[in-house]
Amino acid sequence: MAERLRAGEITSVELTRAHLDRIAAVDGDGSGTGIHAFLHVNTDEALAVAAEVDAIRAAGGAEAEALHPLAGVPVAVKDNIVTVGQPTTAASRMLEGWMSPYDATVVTRLREARLPILGKTNMDEFAMGGSTEHSAFGNTRNPWDPERIPGGSGGGSAAAVAAFMAPLALGSDTGGSIRQPGAVTGTVGAKPTYGGVSRYGVIAMASSLDQVGPVARTVQDAAALQELLGGHDPKDSTSLPEPIEGLLEAARRDDVAGLRIGIVTELKGEGYQEGVLARFREAVAVLKEAGAEVVEVSCPHFRYALGAYYLIMPSEASSNLAKFDGVRYGNRVVPDGGGTIEQVMGATRAAGFGEEVKRRIILGTYALSAGYYDAYYGSAQKIRTLVQRDFEAAFAQVDVLVSPTSPTTAFGFGEKLDDPLAMYLNDVATIPANLAGVPGISVPGGLADGLPVGVQFLAPARADAVMYRAAAALESRLEQAWDGPLWAQAPELDEARPAQPAGVGTSRTTTAGGED
Amino acid sequence: MAAVTDEVLTFEEALAEFEPVLGFEVHVELNTRTKMFSSAPNAFGDVPNTNVTEVDLGLPGVLPVVNGKAVEYAIKLGLALNCQIAPVCGFARKNYFYPDTPKNFQTSQYDDPIAHDGWLDVELEDGTVFRVEIERAHMEEDAGKLTHVGGASGRIQDAAHSLVDYNRAGVPLIEIVTKPIKGAGERAPELARAYVTAIRDIVKALDISDARMERGNVRCDANVSLMEKGHHVFGIRTETKNVNSTRAVAHAVTYEIQRQAAILRAGGTITQETRHWHEDTRTTTAGRPKSDADDYRYFPEPDLVPIVTTPEWIEELRAQLPEPPAERRRRLKAEWGYSDEEFRDVVNAGVMDEIAATIEAGASAPAARKWWMGEIARLANVAEREVAELGIGPADVVEVEALIAEKTINDKIAKQVLGFVAAGEGSPRGIVEARSLAVVSDDGALTAAVQEAIAQNPGVVDKIRGGKLQAVGALIGPVMKATRGQADAGRVREIVLEQLGVSE
Repeated sequence: MAERLRAGEITSVELTRAHLDRIAAVDGDGSGTGIHAFLHVNTDEALAVAAEVDAIRAAGGAEAEALHPLAGVPVAVKDNIVTVGQPTTAASRMLEGWMSPYDATVVTRLREARLPILGKTNMDEFAMGGSTEHSAFGNTRNPWDPERIPGGSGGGSAAAVAAFMAPLALGSDTGGSIRQPGAVTGTVGAKPTYGGVSRYGVIAMASSLDQVGPVARTVQDAAALQELLGGHDPKDSTSLPEPIEGLLEAARRDDVAGLRIGIVTELKGEGYQEGVLARFREAVAVLKEAGAEVVEVSCPHFRYALGAYYLIMPSEASSNLAKFDGVRYGNRVVPDGGGTIEQVMGATRAAGFGEEVKRRIILGTYALSAGYYDAYYGSAQKIRTLVQRDFEAAFAQVDVLVSPTSPTTAFGFGEKLDDPLAMYLNDVATIPANLAGVPGISVPGGLADGLPVGVQFLAPARADAVMYRAAAALESRLEQAWDGPLWAQAPELDEARPAQPAGVGTSRTTTAGGED
Repeated sequence: MAAVTDEVLTFEEALAEFEPVLGFEVHVELNTRTKMFSSAPNAFGDVPNTNVTEVDLGLPGVLPVVNGKAVEYAIKLGLALNCQIAPVCGFARKNYFYPDTPKNFQTSQYDDPIAHDGWLDVELEDGTVFRVEIERAHMEEDAGKLTHVGGASGRIQDAAHSLVDYNRAGVPLIEIVTKPIKGAGERAPELARAYVTAIRDIVKALDISDARMERGNVRCDANVSLMEKGHHVFGIRTETKNVNSTRAVAHAVTYEIQRQAAILRAGGTITQETRHWHEDTRTTTAGRPKSDADDYRYFPEPDLVPIVTTPEWIEELRAQLPEPPAERRRRLKAEWGYSDEEFRDVVNAGVMDEIAATIEAGASAPAARKWWMGEIARLANVAEREVAELGIGPADVVEVEALIAEKTINDKIAKQVLGFVAAGEGSPRGIVEARSLAVVSDDGALTAAVQEAIAQNPGVVDKIRGGKLQAVGALIGPVMKATRGQADAGRVREIVLEQLGVSE
């Protein structure tokens, strides 16, 4: 797409308008049959940026030469990443209508490279969930089957890319929120090495686990977008001092000859759907065929990773979300007849936060409280160290690790809503990478019962390039086998129809001129 | 229990039965250019909520970045307090809900402070040196400021609403915590005052804080508990918050000793709580109950990486340390040759630095003391200002002394000249010229005035001729009057004797 733009075959305005038209056609407003990937569509600004890029390119010269390779390619942004000029809600009533006075560093980088921002994508509230069913503004539907979840928390970004409403999107991955939606929507999602991409301006869920990353349709697109987003940010103390480079180059190499690939014994057994395991075995066979050396490695502490994660994540979240109290910004709820500061804070939080958010805040508050700290938070940190050592031992033997991204394909709405533990289990394969800060990527591995399956590659910290290399090599060989990309097999989407009667819980905002 | 809280024992009665144990938590606001975790200016007294960035307001998505200068200051202060400097240390979150903390947690150091296990030798008035053990000095950020509006008292209880100013939120602080201080006995209040004064002098000498207690740059929480004499088990302590002068710290300690002694003697128990200090009545009242079980849910701040200090860095900073204030005082006292009393008065008047600078600039030690403790102090008193704010500098004093030595002016005129300097009229020499204040040393003019005086005072002349030389003074007066005070009194005396043909 970027190449066609550069070659002048298509203008950025045409490209941007085409995506905006597609959004208008299939996304709906959350009330009816649409995908509902977007919470806000940024029509005017996106078209203005696109026109700028076209003008620069048409004028030629040094400025055109200096344009970023992705300039003019539209992008969607997850709604927990703050943007000037568009609302940022993190899909919570708490921030409904809130406009950030500053841009996240990743947004600044998008603007500097002149990528038109199409809008803000739906997600589980404050990124807490694995199905986007916890959005305060309604579910996002899976483009492969509108009765199923698109994964979470970044279901909006994944669905937008899968449904051709955006060629690129940003997600955030705390326990798999980029990779798992990627797997169940047949898109590519990558979580960079912790610190590889700035977190400044990303509404924190769990600071030591969160990482922003790309959502795309191809591994090369994802690599190009990560390169654009990454590099040191003086506003983020945990940001790595040196950029992680060579990603796009690695994604273009198209070979795995001599690469040592480890299959994680613990991430392919009990609880995995048979179709998922079958696609995974095929993927491993393809990699072997291509010349990779495949061995089985054991990471014995991964079985405790989920437990540790569900102590560390809510602990940090309980503290990070304390700022949402109605005192400085966002919504404020004053009890009837007024109230003390404590009562106003309490009423605001009671009304503003959804059930899952409250569940995690309470869990985290409990885990950090005096007397329980050592038993819960302290033990979880020890397990985290053991998981890191498992990775070290594994990467002493192999270059990358491979596993299914998610144990199942997309499940139906409501299926796991009453069973939080079952929902949490969906992240069992993705969580270890967050605990250790290593990079991970999910690429489409085919279909099981007509639904996409993801294959996950994990690499040592800072070795994002080797992960892209392995993922791209698998992608190109599978596409040959399928005679085209997986998305070519996606069902045609119907035009979105509003619900009848109209006007039920419209949640999408727009800054568009409304020319459609 | 409440029934006895208003009663106090006399200090002597209290000390006869109990041994006070003290502990101090002194907060020092650093004078860094920017805040602890953001690039907002660190400045006092500006329009509310102007010195803030999105970080200080805790907006969604923001992250902290540690101020390197504040870390340097903390290391310097740690070294000045003879502390160990941690090779690696980190920050923690102290979680609690209050509108003056924008994030609803304070970023602070918890179980790994940057400086720990030090000591400070505190000199009492009579020269006794008392060693106070320092447990730790750690870095943290200040909270914002609440103003409660619409009520009579300005307190939250009857306010209609509260305003929040986040200008101070995120200002870098160092908190210095002592170990329990035993054995001060009746000198506990004096030690309390001397300790806080010593801390204030050190941070001032290090130039890491403006150290103005009235602005809250240095704030002291004083912990007091009592042990029965001869026992070794600490009593239950109270923490009197935010005592804002060195004198008040002594008074607060005195009051708490008397109050707690009354409760204990009546068979009551002390409530572990924070207490508010009231300057007007010199008493404390109960604040909120505080127990060791207060649950701040501390955990390591995940948005910050650990701070690593290298031995090279520490030594570089150690080499930059100024002479410790107590040592400097001892040295200056010896060099200047002041008596104990004179030197103490100089220190209490807060003009030691000015005198040092004046001597440095060429004045003698007695002359420097004479001017700073005399006329300049008087001018400051009249103007109700600090001596240092008067606009008279060490160079002015040196110039005045020089003018006297060369007999251009006399002492009396010198005082006037200093008044004009304070009024902003320029340098002493320039003022003498502009206002024609030079003494009349022209013998012709003086001789005429003397002859006039002799003619007017025959009785006096007879006395002088009769050998009563002290009567010359009666002639000097009229001469001075005739020359509007600008005559050199010594020369006038000489001329009188000359004219009368009398020799001494």
